[in-house]
Amino acid sequence: MSTSQTPLVEVRNLVKHFGSVIALNGVSMSVNHNEVLCLLGDNGAGKSTLINTLAGVHKPTSGDFLVDGQPRVFSGPRDALDAGIATVYQDLAMIPLMSVTRNFFMGREPLIGFGPFKRMNMDEADNVTRDEMHKIGIDVRDPQQAVGTLSGGERQCVAIARAVYFGAKVLILDEPTSALGVAQTSMVLKYINQVRAKGLGVIFITHNVRHAYAVGNRFTVLNRGKTLGTYAKNEIGIDELQNLMAGGKELQSLSEELGGTI
Amino acid sequence: MTLANEQNGSVARSDERLKKVSTLTAILRRPELGAVAGLVLVTIFFLLTANPAMFTLAGVMNFMAPAAQLGILAIGAALLMIGGEFDLSIGSMVAFAGLVFGTALVVWQVPLSVAILVAIAFAVFIGITNAQLTMRTGLPSFIVTLAFLFILRGLTLVGLKWASGGATQLRGMKEAVAGSPLAPLFSGDAFPGLFTWLAQAGIIDTFPNGSPRVSGIPVEILWFIAIALLATWILLRTRFGNWIFASGGDPRAARKSGVPVARVKTTLFVVTALCATLVAILTVLDAGSTDARRGFQKEFEAIIAAVIGGCLLTGGYGSAIGAFFGSIVFGMVLIGLTYTSIDQDWYLVFLGGMLLTAVVFNNVIRKRVTGER
Repeated sequence: MSTSQTPLVEVRNLVKHFGSVIALNGVSMSVNHNEVLCLLGDNGAGKSTLINTLAGVHKPTSGDFLVDGQPRVFSGPRDALDAGIATVYQDLAMIPLMSVTRNFFMGREPLIGFGPFKRMNMDEADNVTRDEMHKIGIDVRDPQQAVGTLSGGERQCVAIARAVYFGAKVLILDEPTSALGVAQTSMVLKYINQVRAKGLGVIFITHNVRHAYAVGNRFTVLNRGKTLGTYAKNEIGIDELQNLMAGGKELQSLSEELGGTI
Repeated sequence: MTLANEQNGSVARSDERLKKVSTLTAILRRPELGAVAGLVLVTIFFLLTANPAMFTLAGVMNFMAPAAQLGILAIGAALLMIGGEFDLSIGSMVAFAGLVFGTALVVWQVPLSVAILVAIAFAVFIGITNAQLTMRTGLPSFIVTLAFLFILRGLTLVGLKWASGGATQLRGMKEAVAGSPLAPLFSGDAFPGLFTWLAQAGIIDTFPNGSPRVSGIPVEILWFIAIALLATWILLRTRFGNWIFASGGDPRAARKSGVPVARVKTTLFVVTALCATLVAILTVLDAGSTDARRGFQKEFEAIIAAVIGGCLLTGGYGSAIGAFFGSIVFGMVLIGLTYTSIDQDWYLVFLGGMLLTAVVFNNVIRKRVTGER
C-alpha cells in the first residue's frame, strides 16, 4: 500500500486502562482505503478492547485517534457509525426468528407514506435485500425467510453486507471466521476480499493466521496490550507470523511436540 | 441453502425461484396457523354437537361478545409478548381501571369524556411504572407484574370500599352517562338502523312483532375487530412493528442496531394497560356497575389466547391476528358448551389442554420453519 495517502483510521500509542487493569499499553495501527489490515493476537492481547475503542464503545485513556487524518473523540457507537466505522461483532446483531429483510433493515427501516399512515416500505426493503444478497452470491429465494434458516457463513455475509450497504468506509470484523467450517470460511474470506476491492478499509480481527494470510495486505500483531509490529504481506511469512503472535518460543516447542501441526 | 457452488447464474434465475416458495411453507410460516386450525376444529366440534341456535346470528353475537372482551386484552398481551415481556397485572388492571372510571363518573360526577381521560391517565401511569420497574431492576417482567396483580387488586378493593362507603361494588354508571354523546361509542349495539332494515327485508331473523332478534352489533365486537386490524398492521407493516419483533427477539442485538428497546417496551406496557382500561370502560358501561372481581384471572386467559395465536413465551415471534382468532376460540367454547349437553365446567379442562397443545405445536413449527439448529 502506498504510504502517501491518509489512512482512513489511524491510532498512535493508544492506552486504555480499566481501573487498575491496563488493557492497552501503547497500540499503534492504521488502515487505508482498499486494504485489509489483519489484527492478530492471542487471547488477552487486547484485540477486543482495541476494536471497542475504534467502534466508540470505550474512550481511550490516552493516545491519538485519527479518522481521515483528523483527531476524533467518539462519545458512543453512533458517532463511530456516523464517521463511517461499522463493526460486525461476533454475535452479528442478527435475530434468528426475524426475516432476512427485517434483520437487514433493523433500526434503519425505509419508510413511505405520511403522518399516521407512515409505514415500512416492505417491497423496497425486500428488493434491496435480495439484490445485496445476490451481489455476495447468496441466493435468498425469499427475503422474508427467517435468518435462522441461513448458514453461519451466510449470516456473517448478511451482517457484512448490511454494514456496507449503510455506508461503512471502514469495516471492523470481529473474528468473522472463528465458528465456521471450511467452505463457510472461504465464502466469508472471499466476500471480505470483495469488500476491499470496493475501496473500503477492512480491519480483520482473528487469531487464525491462515485466514489472515489469505486476505490480508498488512498484519498488525498485538501482544499483552502492545503492538509487536506491523508487516506488509511481502515482509513476513506465515510461520513467522504465527510465532510472533504466540510470543515465540513456547508455541514453537509445543508445535514440535505435536509434530508441527499448529 | 446452497453456497458458493451456485453463485454464478443464480442472479438471473432468482425471480423465478422466488415464486416457487411452496404454498405449504408459506402457510406453515404464519404464526397464526395454530389459532386458525383451532378455530376450525372447534367450529366443526360445535357444528356436530351443539344446538343449531349457536350458529344463528344471535348465537354468534352471544359468543363474540365475551371473545371480544378477552380479545382486546389478548391483543395487547400478544404485542407485549412479542416484545419480550409479560404483563400479569392486566386482569387486576381491568378492575382497577373500572374503579377509577366508575369513581370519576359516580363519585366525582365528571362527564364521560373526562372520566375516560382520567382512566387513560391512570393506565399510562401504571404501564410506565410496570415498564420502568422491569427495566431498571432488570427483573423478569413476570415477577414485577405479578406484584402488580396483587397490588392493583388490593387497591381496587380498598378503593371500592372507600368510594361506595363499605361495599365492594359501585353502581349507577348507566344513569351517570345517560345522554352523553360519547356513550354510544362504548356501550350498546352499533348499526341498529341497518339491522332493522335487514329484518324488514327478511334477511335476518325477527321476533313475532317484526323487530330484529339482533338489534345491532355490540360495540365491543367492533372495537375488538378494529384493534386486531390496527395491531396487525402496526406489527407487520410499520417501523415500530419491526422494533417490537427486534426488541423481543434479542434486545442486545436490537440495541446495537439502533432500536430504542426501552422506549418500545414502555410503549407496549402502556398499550396493554390501555387495552385493560378499554375493556373496563366497555364492561362498566355495559353492566352499569363495577366490582372487585372484574377481570379476575383474565391475565392468564389473555396470555393463553396469545399463545394459541402463535406467540412464543420467549418473545420475538407471534401475531396479533392470531390472538384475535385465539380469543374467538375461547368465546366459542365458553358459550358453546351451554348449547350442548356437556357440563360447562369442562371449559377449564379445555383451557389447560389448549394451552399445552398450542405451546408444543408452536415449538415444533418454529423449529421447522425457522430452521433453528
